[in-house]
Amino acid sequence: MIATQFLILAAALFSLGVYGLLVRRNAVLVLLSVELMLAAVNINLVVFEAMWRTSEAIGQVFSLFVIAVAAAEVGIGLSIILMIFRNRQSANVDELDLMRW
Amino acid sequence: MMGEWFSQAVNWVYLVVGVLTLVSAYRVVTSQNLVHAALFLVATLGGVAVNFILLSAEFVALVIVLVYIGAVIVLFLFGIMITRASTGPEVALDNDKKVPAALISLIVFAVLAYTSVATFGTAELVDIGTATDTATLAEAFVGRFVVPFEVVGFILLAALVGGIAIARRDLTPLEEEARRSV
Repeated sequence: MIATQFLILAAALFSLGVYGLLVRRNAVLVLLSVELMLAAVNINLVVFEAMWRTSEAIGQVFSLFVIAVAAAEVGIGLSIILMIFRNRQSANVDELDLMRW
Repeated sequence: MMGEWFSQAVNWVYLVVGVLTLVSAYRVVTSQNLVHAALFLVATLGGVAVNFILLSAEFVALVIVLVYIGAVIVLFLFGIMITRASTGPEVALDNDKKVPAALISLIVFAVLAYTSVATFGTAELVDIGTATDTATLAEAFVGRFVVPFEVVGFILLAALVGGIAIARRDLTPLEEEARRSV
């Protein structure tokens, strides 16, 4: 196995996440795309750990930090979406133009 | 070089799982059904977990399965079911900027893939066979990384409290009255 094969898989996952982030109108689906991008970042961290093998497994430690922060982000994000839906009966991000210039 | 790469069984596992991961990730961002998109994310993260096992990061793979597939997806499914408008026609889930978005994501992929290939080329992952044991991770968490570890715990607590505070409905004066009289 070479490192590049996993890095390219992660790059493809990340760019699919970017595509979803730009195209989706439903706020929950935007969050799903963010999760794809975070998964790609985690793959990168674990690949570099497998490559250099630090004595404290720093790459894996940081990927676990990313997972924990992502879990917090999903909880807060979904509760914000829930509140927006309750106020506007819609989870469509195109309609959230109150603060638009 | 290529023939040697294909002669390793582990690379075939990588190919099959990688294709499945990418196909389901593609379905996550294109599916016109909200629940299907969330369920395809399960398949994608399962593929990511298999890749972690290939990279001898068993603990991270298990955490992905437990935290993401076990908890985060359930949160997403609840979010989807609660925010589904009960009346009115089903609106399109995508906007009409598909071509520019695809162009941007292709550019992102090209840059990332080019830098990966140019920097690492065909560098082998040499000592991949030995798994990272959980004791190493545990010692890192309570040793060198104890402060970030505590901070992440505090962030999770703050997110929990904040999620409740944001999502709970304020009582109307009438309901407030009713609650007080009980």
